[in-house]
Amino acid sequence: MYRYDDIDREFLADRSAEFRDQVNRRLAGELTEDQFKPLRLMNGLYLQLHAYMLRIAIPYGSMDSRQLRKLAWIARKYDKGYGHFTTRTNLQFHWIKLADTPDILDHLASVDMHAIQTSGNCIRNTTADPYAGATPEEVDDPRVWSEAIRQWSSLHPEFSYLPRKFKIAITAAPKDRTAARVHDIGLAIKRNRKGDLGFEVMVGGGLGATPHVGPTIREFLPAEQLLSYLEAILRVYNRLGRRDNRTKARIKILVASLGAEEFGRQVEAEWAAIGAGSDLPAGEMARIRAAFATKTFETLPERSESFEVAKSADPAFARFVRNNVKAHRAPGYAIVEISLKAIGETPGDASADQMEVIADLGERYGQDDIRVTHEQNIVLPHVKLDDLPAVHAALAKAGLATPNINLISDIIACPGLDYCALANARAIPVAQHIAERFANQDRAELIGELKIKISGCINACGHHHVGHIGILGVDKKGEEFYQLTLGGSGAEDASVGKVLGPALPANRVAEAIDAMVDVYLSQRQTGERFLDTLRRTGPAPFKEAVYADAH
Amino acid sequence: MPTLIRCENGAFAAAEDPFTRVADDQELPQGDVIISLQRFLNDGERLIGQHRAVGVVLKSSEEVAALSIDLAKVAVVALDFPAFRDGRAYTQARLLRERYGFEGEVRAVGDVLREQVGFMLRCGFDAFEPADGASCEDLAMAARRQRHVYQRAADGRRPAFAEREA
Ligand code: SF4
Repeated sequence: MYRYDDIDREFLADRSAEFRDQVNRRLAGELTEDQFKPLRLMNGLYLQLHAYMLRIAIPYGSMDSRQLRKLAWIARKYDKGYGHFTTRTNLQFHWIKLADTPDILDHLASVDMHAIQTSGNCIRNTTADPYAGATPEEVDDPRVWSEAIRQWSSLHPEFSYLPRKFKIAITAAPKDRTAARVHDIGLAIKRNRKGDLGFEVMVGGGLGATPHVGPTIREFLPAEQLLSYLEAILRVYNRLGRRDNRTKARIKILVASLGAEEFGRQVEAEWAAIGAGSDLPAGEMARIRAAFATKTFETLPERSESFEVAKSADPAFARFVRNNVKAHRAPGYAIVEISLKAIGETPGDASADQMEVIADLGERYGQDDIRVTHEQNIVLPHVKLDDLPAVHAALAKAGLATPNINLISDIIACPGLDYCALANARAIPVAQHIAERFANQDRAELIGELKIKISGCINACGHHHVGHIGILGVDKKGEEFYQLTLGGSGAEDASVGKVLGPALPANRVAEAIDAMVDVYLSQRQTGERFLDTLRRTGPAPFKEAVYADAH
Repeated sequence: MPTLIRCENGAFAAAEDPFTRVADDQELPQGDVIISLQRFLNDGERLIGQHRAVGVVLKSSEEVAALSIDLAKVAVVALDFPAFRDGRAYTQARLLRERYGFEGEVRAVGDVLREQVGFMLRCGFDAFEPADGASCEDLAMAARRQRHVYQRAADGRRPAFAEREA
């Protein structure tokens, strides 16, 4: 993985020193909260319902054991002993004291981490395929390009005061694990017929109050011209994006109002005028690429005897393997997904102890490589089949072996009204109720892939629009209600879910989902996921099941 | 009257402002003036003929391209920040410098705060009317904040990748 050099370190140190100075001025009363607010937001510090929240960037979701241990240490020392992994592959601490933040940032900087650009109307942390460097389907390593973007976008002088926040995702395999089409810019790495590397460029996707699936404005952009093309897109957006109305300021609105074709034309014209001067020199690209050189994998047989024996001996292990272990490019290795969705717990939360267990396992068995997914889980991308039983046992002991990746209880939920000042309704308890209702693992496996996503308000941090079943918290005369949407997807078959019917009170949500699951199970044809059946039948039978006894 | 601070070769100094900012409904005084784009397009030729220096203030919603053919005659382009959050002037400044090769003064006016001066310098601004009472020292400190930068911009600073190659 990428290692900071002295330049990267000094860059962080300078930034940290500046923020310490600003906090001191605030604490001394030289800055009012109004003046301080934009400064703290530039450093990922929010004021929430009960305390400050600090959002730490995990660049393209990639870290090592040293970094995760530091996060655990910070959780214990400065927070309540846990942290929350978000759908942006960041980590949030929800119980932070203002006076501690400069020290926290220094501790982060000591392991090459920071909170820069985790908020504000700037270019945020890039999302990349969490299976990068490990999945056999990969066209090229998306981290190489994500790191180039990280550097280019850090304190970008022209693009730090955009009309609104700006998020980029890079997917590198036919199966999209980044929700690229609902990002401001989605990039899909491809090869053309000549075998050259490039990107399909999608612009103007997004969720929030007006969800859009981003149209493709360029089928194939030569890879080495990525940064100049991004500059062209950002420049057109910075000039023309709306600034009179916050809810219309995202690039999706600009792209929709100009039309994808006209927007693309303007980008191409700007790009031609920029020229190649903004692209990284080949030497720097090569330096970055070398940092992500393919790991050396031992030459192992395809089949591991000890792994097979453990599978037949231990049904719990076999179940974990069925759901949480994915194919690796190297024979004898596997990708392990660790679910942060234990039944009855808060989706995405991890305790300091759990972080340390994962860090230890990553270091000992996983080539010291740890990933965070936008679905709020953690990945150890390179584990030997031989080691899987030991890894599973250690995870189980720490409450981290929930075998539910992509299943109905692998729910995305935003912090909602338990923490967030913008929320209409709670999201976490709804997720917990649903997970408890489907706690029977045989039933969950029988149902198969079903993505439920919950947001506490229309800002859609829980990505409800792209849930196979989406749940949105709404406020009805001061009471929490939940609106269901059906048929969304954030994957390569991206679509925005449609509202099913009137919002439901909290105590009816889990049973409504149960009713829809029953419809699916009775109607599905061979090989169909919930989403496939729904797309075939349309929402009518599901709607009927949910609202049947309402008449 | 906000103070004018100029930056020349990295040094910040308070400067007498020879220019008068003139609103569209105001009579033109004698001497050097900064006028709106509209007024410049209507009346610029004539004013320049009067042997005085003419500057233009662009709103953040106006396009630099509208001024491009006349740039050689313009002494100052003032770019307005109606609020510090409105970042369009950064793009305007870069286009002025990098695309249209403007060599006159590019002045930041409006909600100009020390926290953003580092970005402004990088985009090609070389004169500032701070709205927060920042001094030359404050601006110099803000400009020195980051020892390294990651991108090429209008200021010719060597980005990290070039430092690494050296
Ligand atoms: S979706 Fe709304 S409630 Fe949930 S975290 Fe985002 S802003 Fe807060």
